[in-house]
Amino acid sequence: MSWFEKPAEAPASAPAETVWAVCPSCKAYIATKTWQDAGKVCPRCNYHARLSGRERIAVLTDAGSFKEFNSAIGVNDPLGFKDASGSYADKAKAAAAKTGAGEAVLTGTAKICKIEVVLAVMDFKFLGGSLGSGTGERILLAAEKAVALKRPLIIVSASGGARMHEGIVSLMQMAKTCAAIARLKEAGLPYISILTDPTTGGVSASYAMVGDLNIAEPKALIGFAGRRVIEQTIKQKLPDDFQTAEYTLSHGFLDHIVPRKELKNFVAKILRYAGF
Amino acid sequence: MAKKTQKKLSAWDIVQIARHAERPNIADIIRLVCSDFVELHGDRLFGDDRGLIGGFATIGGEKVVLIGHRKGRGVDENIDANFGMASPEGYRKAMRLMRLAEKYGLPVVSFVDTPGAYPGSEAEARGQAEAIAHNLEFMSTLRAPMVIVICGEGGSGGALGIAVGDRILMLQNAVYSVISPEGCASILWRDGTKAPQAAETLKITAPSLKKLGIIDEIVPEPAGGAHTDPAAALAEIKKAVLANLAELKKISLDDLLQQRYEKFSAMGRF
Ligand SMILES: [Zn+2]
Repeated sequence: MSWFEKPAEAPASAPAETVWAVCPSCKAYIATKTWQDAGKVCPRCNYHARLSGRERIAVLTDAGSFKEFNSAIGVNDPLGFKDASGSYADKAKAAAAKTGAGEAVLTGTAKICKIEVVLAVMDFKFLGGSLGSGTGERILLAAEKAVALKRPLIIVSASGGARMHEGIVSLMQMAKTCAAIARLKEAGLPYISILTDPTTGGVSASYAMVGDLNIAEPKALIGFAGRRVIEQTIKQKLPDDFQTAEYTLSHGFLDHIVPRKELKNFVAKILRYAGF
Repeated sequence: MAKKTQKKLSAWDIVQIARHAERPNIADIIRLVCSDFVELHGDRLFGDDRGLIGGFATIGGEKVVLIGHRKGRGVDENIDANFGMASPEGYRKAMRLMRLAEKYGLPVVSFVDTPGAYPGSEAEARGQAEAIAHNLEFMSTLRAPMVIVICGEGGSGGALGIAVGDRILMLQNAVYSVISPEGCASILWRDGTKAPQAAETLKITAPSLKKLGIIDEIVPEPAGGAHTDPAAALAEIKKAVLANLAELKKISLDDLLQQRYEKFSAMGRF
């Protein structure tokens, strides 16, 4: 699915993926620089491609303002998990090598239009953005840091849900993160949840859905159960727009759908309403 | 099965006991553990879930708010109860009743027995994720003592949605898992028949969860499982619930909330 893959019908002169990107949705050829400058949003069809944690930080915060904390908290393997394709420990190492991060979320302080916030940004490339114990711990500590600094908390979710490889310990991260957010709210501080493609399962059923505001990017997949499981349960085919951000908004679970290029200013505006 | 109980049961054997059609369910608990029960219906928003019920109950003279998943016995009852799979209305009703517990100064006792939250299109449309998420947040700060009992199947988020509390008890042959062994096997092994292996690997039985620090206490069952002697099993549940309620009563609500926060924050901190 990577837009770096050279498509079969690529222009003959196209030397490499350094020149051309291909929109994963409409398959349009886009100069890589245009694609990057647009934050990986397709100029032709408005498709919002998934971003890595670092890319997300770049489009959402003031340049150079992100100061990461707790980067040493990494993956735990409480079950010593192994399946048919190998050990969880090895998969986690590979994910860390691929993303340059120790967990599926990056946390730190940052500025959004000069407003200082505590920010947590999930990275779908790290084991599908799954919620492991290291992920949960980083998010809990981010919420506690926001309380200590009296700053708003912003979480950008991108996750397939719980991390099966950590079993029940993963499930408990849902309760743990929500407990930390409840405390942040009791302290009267804003929590803005940004749901990006995809936000499903245990992440949608915990911190991602309890923002003071829940905001999503256009067409992001948002839901609890997987489409296939639901289709098997109800023995019916689901409509194409099922579990899209637009569907979620119309059912009352989002405040706003905000295009990526407007996201930073939108968040800043909300924070100003919240007194920051 | 009876012969196997003499030896060590595998995780997969325990899954079968946890799902046994004759395993004591919420109706049995209400009948045999509680001396009184007043069911309270509805979430005041949409409907009355039959897969998750609750109300005022009296257990050994103690007035409590009881909530619990409802599995039926037989096909008709199970269809009515949606096989213990709750919809958003169920989680929202549970929250409403827990608010009453806080208001009336009653403890909450929550009985967990579900394959998982209902994965249907209507449940999605009405916000299954939001309903569970808000319960997690709400239960973490609820100003009432809370005893959770994992009775049969503790199926993922659908279980956790009523399972945040001060004491987490688990029946000896109950299971509690992030995903069903079948689901895990089909995703990670790409082979549903590897469910017994997934069950072992996921560490979903009471002794494993006690070791992991997820549950506080294992409630013993009669040899062969609770269904072989429901009255004895339910007596053990009653005893354990009352002992824990008595202990929690001695703790101030402020201390209780702090301990609850610390308990869940410590999960997965290594
Ligand atoms: Zn496009």
